Amino acid sequence: MYRSHVLVCGGTGCNSSGSQTIMKTLQAEIEKVGLENEVAVVQTGCHGLCALGPIMLIYPEGTFYSMVKNEDVSEIVAEHLLKGRPVSRLVYSETSKDGKVKPLSETTFYKKQHRIALRNCGVIDPENIDEYIGRNGYEALGKVLTGMTPEQVISIVLDSGLRGRGGAGFPTGRKWSLAKDLVKGGQKYVCCNADEGDPGAFMDRSVLEGDPHVVLEAMAIAGYAIGASQGYIYVRAEYPIAVTRLNIAIEQARNYGLLGKNIFDSGFDFDIELRLGAGAFVCGEETALMTSIEGKRGEPRPRPPFPAEKGLFQKPTILNNVETYANVPQIILNGSDWFKSMGTEKSKGTKVFALGGKVMNTGLVEIPMGTTLREVVEEIGGGIPNGKKFKAAQTGGPSGGCIPQEHFDIEIDYENLLSIGSMMGSGGLIVMDEDNCMVDIAKFFLGFTVEESCGKCTPCRIGTKRMYEILDKITKGQGTMDDLDKLEKLCYHIKENSLCGLGQTAPNPVLSTLHYFKDEYLAHVVDKKCPAGVCKDLLTYVIDPVKCIGCTLCAKVCPAGAITGTLKEVHKINPDICVKCGACMEKCKKGAISKR
Amino acid sequence: MKSLEELKAIREKMQGQVGIRKESDTQTRVVVGMATCGIASGARPVLVALSDAVQKKGLSNVAVIQTGCIGLCQFEPIIEVLEPGKEKVTYVKVTPEKALEIVDQHLVRGQVIGEYTISNTIN
Repeated sequence: MYRSHVLVCGGTGCNSSGSQTIMKTLQAEIEKVGLENEVAVVQTGCHGLCALGPIMLIYPEGTFYSMVKNEDVSEIVAEHLLKGRPVSRLVYSETSKDGKVKPLSETTFYKKQHRIALRNCGVIDPENIDEYIGRNGYEALGKVLTGMTPEQVISIVLDSGLRGRGGAGFPTGRKWSLAKDLVKGGQKYVCCNADEGDPGAFMDRSVLEGDPHVVLEAMAIAGYAIGASQGYIYVRAEYPIAVTRLNIAIEQARNYGLLGKNIFDSGFDFDIELRLGAGAFVCGEETALMTSIEGKRGEPRPRPPFPAEKGLFQKPTILNNVETYANVPQIILNGSDWFKSMGTEKSKGTKVFALGGKVMNTGLVEIPMGTTLREVVEEIGGGIPNGKKFKAAQTGGPSGGCIPQEHFDIEIDYENLLSIGSMMGSGGLIVMDEDNCMVDIAKFFLGFTVEESCGKCTPCRIGTKRMYEILDKITKGQGTMDDLDKLEKLCYHIKENSLCGLGQTAPNPVLSTLHYFKDEYLAHVVDKKCPAGVCKDLLTYVIDPVKCIGCTLCAKVCPAGAITGTLKEVHKINPDICVKCGACMEKCKKGAISKR
Repeated sequence: MKSLEELKAIREKMQGQVGIRKESDTQTRVVVGMATCGIASGARPVLVALSDAVQKKGLSNVAVIQTGCIGLCQFEPIIEVLEPGKEKVTYVKVTPEKALEIVDQHLVRGQVIGEYTISNTIN
């Protein structure tokens, strides 16, 4: 038995800031002072506060150390673990205000969060099935297999109001009941969509890395509900830690008989295999994903027939997203009323968001549906750095839209986001401030869809390319009013005529910025200016002759040699040579250089 | 594993261990002085004995925590029991054996062992 547990975050975020080295040093230092039988070092999944990584939590005190460096480890061991004196300079400042230690749950980052899908992330060792069981793991599967009929399982899920967390928000229970009843008996499949592809989104990765067993347990429950004996998890190969931990988890579950034949002596067989995706965005679309599992090129096919009738290998199949599955065992254990008590009228429970962009606390947050965007950005996210103003939040990645300042107080749920031209999406939430050009943002996402379009249908393959060309023209100051009309028409054409969700939603970033930020488009087209100062072709850097003292710093730093002038004389920028890198502006101590 | 009982056995075994990783306002905190004075007079085995006993008995609402010098070095090893809404109880010159008694009497049954407290020692 250990008197103290040191939890080190082993999620991808903290991993890349060096948590593996820290773990090794920690173990060595603990052995050096002879505490190896008293103090346990546990590698966990993501805690959410990725901006402050590497993160270390020491229990039972609950001390939260942030931005720990390898050099700090020996001090933590000698002071905290040996002598019981927390190293105050490393304690997350929010937990140690006014000299008193506040529990983590009371900090602004965690206070408004409610963790269901992430309940074990950052708490358990994802590579140890016993720890998952210690947190009531596999209890829901046991309850289902020993005391419930498939109908009862589906009715709880249906009644809970759980909807697909992958983006579209289809009721999970309906999906299950269709797969159970459309075709009676025979081979059926349960699939998990772990092909998280939105730029900036990492919710599913964190669940897989921090709590892989919850996905396995939920898939087995789904298998029992619809009558399937085989599951597939389609996970991208770019998530190596998630893949490793999933493999370990599957192996452990098989050894315990929680996957395999005759689980809990109920006669129910279920096993799971992994399929690695090569990182094509379109494979997150359900029909393309299943085609890819079959070993063919990942291309979507028309629906109907829907997967519930003819899915993987032409058999009835359900496909749910990682986060959707992560909610299921808790719903079975706590009942549908418990789940329904959270959220809004039509969107129940919580949603995980990957908070990124211009916000202080970038990381992973799980909030009850109905939380306002303002609360997420200003309170949980800690506001926008450098005193800049909020301009927009982008949700739903390349399929979603931008939410402007005027909707800052919107309560986040499926319907509300759709009503303002965005969407829930899988949960990427990118915050933008006044320095972001909305035309440039739209162009960025279009560039992504052009790259990722599979090419099977014409509207998406050619249409998105044409849209990108128009946007490119506009950002270069060559756009006309006619282009804006064409762009909008093209948007609706592509939306209506594309084969799959990728093309049907690809114009959303353009449509929503055209709607809310028309003035920025007009500025680019009519005035040939980029108000945010992002589009290089529309910028000129100028030196204010009154402020310039002729220090020559700017001329020295200019990589293109575009600045002329001698000591103590006013300098000048030659716009024909200037590459608009902004180096001179950064260097000038007098603030004499500005961009227009 | 073929039965819920087997699952339950693992769960109960692990709950004491995983249960250490939580904080709540309603927790009873047992604080052990672990400065140089405490360690020199034998606080380490006391801390380990307390922590083991609490986990073995599954007292999920008790956290065994170490702290620095409490300021009464001649009475070390010192442990303080802080129950929410109750007055602090300070035990002095604690040994691992006394610690186990404190767990059984005080933490499980709620009876303060007056004999080991600081007020009994000083007066």
